[in-house]
Amino acid sequence: MSDTTAPKAIEGTLGFIDERLGSTTFFRRNVKKVFPDHWSFMLGEIALYSFVILLLTGTFLTLWFNPSMKEVVYDGSYTKLQGVKMSEAYASTLRISFDVRGGLLMRQIHHWAAILFMASILAHMLRVFFTGAYRKPRELNWIIGINMFMLGMLEGLFGYSLPDDLLSGTGLRITQGVLESIPLVGAYGYMFLFGGEFPGQDIIPRLYMLHILLIPGLILGLVTAHMMIMWHQKHTAMPVKNQTEKKVYGYPFYPVFMAKTGAYFLFVFGVVALLGAFAQINPIWLFGPYDPGAISSGSQPDWYMGPLEGALRIMPNWEISAWGHTVSFNVLIPAAVPLGIIFGGAMAWPFIEAWVTGDKRQHHVNTRPRNAPVRTATGMAAVTFYGLLWLAGANDVLAERFHVSLFATTWFFRVTVILGPILAFIVTKRICLGLQRKDADVIGHGVESGVIMMSPDGRFSERHEAPREEEKIVLLSKENARPEAPARDARGIPAPGAKGPIGHLRSRLNRAWTFDDVPVEEHGHGEHEAIESGSDSEQVKR
Amino acid sequence: MKRITAWRRRPWAGYAVVLAALAAIGVVYAGFSPQTERAEAKSSAQAAQDLKNGQELFNKNCASCHGLNAEGTKDAKGKPLAPSLIGVGAASVDFQVSTGRMPAMNPGAQVPRKEPIPAFDTSIKTDYEDPKEREHAEKQKAQAEKNLRDLRAYVQSLGLGPEVPPASAVDPEGGDVALGGKLFRTNCAQCHNFTGQGGALTGGKYAPPLSGDDVTPTQMYEAMLTGPQAMPVFNDTTLTPKEKQAIIAYLVQTREEPNPGGNGLGRIGPVSEGLAGWLIGIGLLVLAAMWITAKKPKKLKKS
Repeated sequence: MSDTTAPKAIEGTLGFIDERLGSTTFFRRNVKKVFPDHWSFMLGEIALYSFVILLLTGTFLTLWFNPSMKEVVYDGSYTKLQGVKMSEAYASTLRISFDVRGGLLMRQIHHWAAILFMASILAHMLRVFFTGAYRKPRELNWIIGINMFMLGMLEGLFGYSLPDDLLSGTGLRITQGVLESIPLVGAYGYMFLFGGEFPGQDIIPRLYMLHILLIPGLILGLVTAHMMIMWHQKHTAMPVKNQTEKKVYGYPFYPVFMAKTGAYFLFVFGVVALLGAFAQINPIWLFGPYDPGAISSGSQPDWYMGPLEGALRIMPNWEISAWGHTVSFNVLIPAAVPLGIIFGGAMAWPFIEAWVTGDKRQHHVNTRPRNAPVRTATGMAAVTFYGLLWLAGANDVLAERFHVSLFATTWFFRVTVILGPILAFIVTKRICLGLQRKDADVIGHGVESGVIMMSPDGRFSERHEAPREEEKIVLLSKENARPEAPARDARGIPAPGAKGPIGHLRSRLNRAWTFDDVPVEEHGHGEHEAIESGSDSEQVKR
Repeated sequence: MKRITAWRRRPWAGYAVVLAALAAIGVVYAGFSPQTERAEAKSSAQAAQDLKNGQELFNKNCASCHGLNAEGTKDAKGKPLAPSLIGVGAASVDFQVSTGRMPAMNPGAQVPRKEPIPAFDTSIKTDYEDPKEREHAEKQKAQAEKNLRDLRAYVQSLGLGPEVPPASAVDPEGGDVALGGKLFRTNCAQCHNFTGQGGALTGGKYAPPLSGDDVTPTQMYEAMLTGPQAMPVFNDTTLTPKEKQAIIAYLVQTREEPNPGGNGLGRIGPVSEGLAGWLIGIGLLVLAAMWITAKKPKKLKKS
């Protein structure tokens, strides 16, 4: 693409910038940056664009929202709350919803964009994980992404707590409990955040500052870093024809990718606007103002806090008291352990994988999930763990809608949250190996053509044809497991990496990673013929 | 004539005249308002007959579990199968039977709301085009109402309990909605959810949804008054009749209120919102991403 010059429209603009900033070469090089094409590469963009929508709608909301806990008597257009005492935060949210033109729509768009922001980060993260796109050199971006998700959780929690309604107040009460459960410093930490006893007068203004200033600032910084690193490192690509580790195959940023991503922004905006216009979200007027003496069933947090809620709901009531101090494991463990395992594990995973496989090379082409069975199975185990906790967070709604006993759901999730991931690991790994075997079969055997042939001695066989070239490239993208270097060389000297208990562990894990790999490779011509004519297919069974 | 004149002078004559006058007044009065007397006589006969009808209905529909004398039954181990109905009152009977919970179909963790049995089904539709059909339906409805009334009266006669509230006490228009909302969130929402969508309880029990039109204001009042199944009793000292009416006003007016923000998603909060976000939001955007990436620019197609 380097032989083509940028179109006139761009050239003119670049000339203008160049004469003032002297940066044409930078732009010239970068507007033609090549982006590979695959639908799953757009998932992260949903997050980027919903973040833009969040900033815009959030700014609109700040114009009318009043983050104050001062008690007022409501006298607005929602008649069912007339004369009810509430905080100014709640009253101003009612005002945005019922008295500000377009206010309810903006509120709903803001909330739906937040839901989609978090959902798309998770979807994007799963795509990156299952295709191995986090491998060297992209580990840092992977960690940045996870941090953005965690910041997003806090941002969401603080955001939906601002209206000071009964539902989010319940969430704040849990937040207070979690803070308090931290050993030694818990009570101090909670008094520090709330500025006194729960709920106090300070929490809403403080959350507001964090929600509109600090956390969005941090996320914005991380988004910038994420994008710049991605731009610098180039996007990973799916294993398709023309794509190699050295060369990115795709469309140039200008004009193709820019048009696509611009259109996608409009799509994201359209979907969020549709949801905001036609699906009611967080109807705080139905929840009522927060009152520490009231509570409702079906009090769930927004979806991204669901696993935390679920962990809390299924946790047995463990608590110890020693030397006059109580340690509330019943709150501490569900708050810290499950998501600690998920996020800590995810952040450490690229390094663990590189250590186990000994693969220190750079990777720019993605792996098909089936070709890394242990990774895919671990991912599915994590998905199952997260998903079950998530469902457990909605256990009363599940019990009510599907007419099962609430206690039965608690016990179901207590058991499956342990067994489910193990089962998911085993099943996923088997499925991956089965798919590998099928790939080996297609490469070695060819594709069934549906043509039945009769040999001169009257035997029937089906003719197999070689797969199409594109398909072959995809199948052959699998990197077959290399035999591990022997732990001891010919002279009996142990390899440096295999020494000691750590070295033993590493070589054991390495064996577990590779031992049942099914090689997918093209065979010599002679063998191919033999298989085609219907003789034994031992190559494949291996 | 002489004789009359002679009697007139007798000492008892004055008394006789007063008596005769009283009798005459009585006869004349009876002559002018004959219905009352007869109706009263008839009504006491009718009441006995109604009570008899109530008892018959009781024996037919309720006695198999609650016992022929409404004394309740126990199983072999002494565990109660069905409670005694002596003293539960008319309100309780009206609630249980008009919501279809009683007669119960099968004993479980909780007896579900269902269509009342035909003998007590007062909610059948009567707006038929065909006059004959309409007449039939109306007659059936009137009979069901009478049956329910008789059954109530019979159980009330066994031992006094709370009466069915008058229509004025349950009128949703007459209650203070704002107060009702506050009381509902403090007393009811922990089981019935924010707007009465229902919720799960322990051991397979549940708080039924109050958001359907079939839950009448009278039934809400009776439920608070009598505390059916897992529900606690909110007697008139816990929640005064005015407060009960406020709660009814909140529930009815809230369920009739349209959702200003679009589809209410079942009004059950973040669970359905998260589901919609993932399925509709991410679903549509994935389709859009597939469509956009499937588009190949013409000029660059050959490369």
